[in-house]
Amino acid sequence: MNGGGGPAANGRSIRDRLRAGEILISDGALGTELMARGLPAGEAPETWNLSHPEVLEEIARQYLEAGAELIATNTFGASPMKLAAYGLDARMEELNASAVAAVRRAVGTGAFIFGSCGPCGRLLEPYGDADPDRVRAGFLVQMRILVGAGVDLIGVETMTDLREAVLAVQAAVEATRGAIPVVATMTFERTRRGYFTIMGNDIGAAAAGLAAAGAEVIGSNCGKGIEEMIEVAREFRAVTELPLLFQPNAGLPSVEDDRLVYRETPEVFAERARDLVHAGASIIGGCCGTTPDHIRLLRAKIKASA
Amino acid sequence: MEILQRIAQELELGEVDSVGSLTREAIAAGLAPKEILDRGLIAGMNVVGDKFREHEIFLPDVLMAAKAMYAGMDELKPLLVRDGTPSRGKIVIGTVQGDLHDIGKNLVAIMLRGAGFEVIDLGNDVAPARFVAAAKDSGASLIGMSALLTTTMTAMRKVTALLAEEGLKGKVRTIIGGAPVSAEYAREIGADAYAYDAANAIQRVKEMIG
Repeated sequence: MNGGGGPAANGRSIRDRLRAGEILISDGALGTELMARGLPAGEAPETWNLSHPEVLEEIARQYLEAGAELIATNTFGASPMKLAAYGLDARMEELNASAVAAVRRAVGTGAFIFGSCGPCGRLLEPYGDADPDRVRAGFLVQMRILVGAGVDLIGVETMTDLREAVLAVQAAVEATRGAIPVVATMTFERTRRGYFTIMGNDIGAAAAGLAAAGAEVIGSNCGKGIEEMIEVAREFRAVTELPLLFQPNAGLPSVEDDRLVYRETPEVFAERARDLVHAGASIIGGCCGTTPDHIRLLRAKIKASA
Repeated sequence: MEILQRIAQELELGEVDSVGSLTREAIAAGLAPKEILDRGLIAGMNVVGDKFREHEIFLPDVLMAAKAMYAGMDELKPLLVRDGTPSRGKIVIGTVQGDLHDIGKNLVAIMLRGAGFEVIDLGNDVAPARFVAAAKDSGASLIGMSALLTTTMTAMRKVTALLAEEGLKGKVRTIIGGAPVSAEYAREIGADAYAYDAANAIQRVKEMIG
């Protein structure tokens, strides 16, 4: 994999395509798609990598058909510490490897595989009981498996503690040795004083910290919808030259008959996504509540205006 | 500076050791334990709660302040028990079944204790029957439930239903919170209150049982 990112799409690497100023489309949500297909409440989504690989293939195929060029693995919670909370840490290797294999079967070389890695689920010392060295070592083990299984980039996602995000990025850089890009995104909330993570990191600190740790693409995912994400994107663009990735939620969910409804329709989402590009995004996709329909329309709008 | 003000200030700064030693000093100086609790620890925690709500400080600051508060409480607890100081009220709290997210729930528990309530914290992944049994066993008049996941929030309805089934509705009231829930959802499942954040939860609890 020279220059990073496997022989996807038109055969050029992610790094080349970003350097050329292309706008790339990523997939939408995975978790909410799994729930829509029957993932029970409270079950670790990663168990489906072994029990329902065909469902993961189906979701990946739908995103590929919708035009996504980056498709994520179902490994957001597959770090050893997070899996331990479900008593699944002994199965970490097969849970990660099977997730990559399912996406590869579905997309072949038609899209880049985004090796997803989320927070470890515990607070770092001194606020919580997680030892930073152990957290970093845990991420490293997971990422080595993802890299070995053939992902085209590592994506550290939904981080709210910059210290933990930096540990994950450092682990990713060590695991990839520069062969494939490392992406890192954090989740911000709007306050009267601007955007902060719940741990109090602002966008300037996040951009500087993630870049220093070795992330090649930075940005934000999840949150309250695309309107706030456009503001977050503008703030990122003002403080960094790095390529930016944004994956907003389809708004906040409301509950109807115990079912979740995300209110931002594919039409609204796609329309506003152009502003996300104007704000400086290089890679755009969706987080919770977004579907293949969101991505299809998003792609049509973005590629039409490019 | 008056020692109780210093306790409050050191607590705001998250100075665990000095809150512990200042509390011991205040006890040695003969101040009433209830006074130290109210005008030292709780006063400090109230400021922390206000600043957190206004986003002047963030989660790490609150967690360090909580550690400092517990350091002071450890000194006071035996004396409060000896004096038979009544708590403001008893609350059972937990994250609902299937959900392992406890940062928000822990924050609410910390601030409730800081406000003088007795908190029975059941942890996370709490089955509906455990909430109800804990309330019955302890005589708590309120159950607080937290969920971060849209997939687990529906377990809250099981608790309100179980309370109704056992004829406890109204005797044991319920308050819910967490990212995916809302006031509408509380109404829909028959919960008595909804809080949008930790500080709001304390306010609502005070209105309900304080």
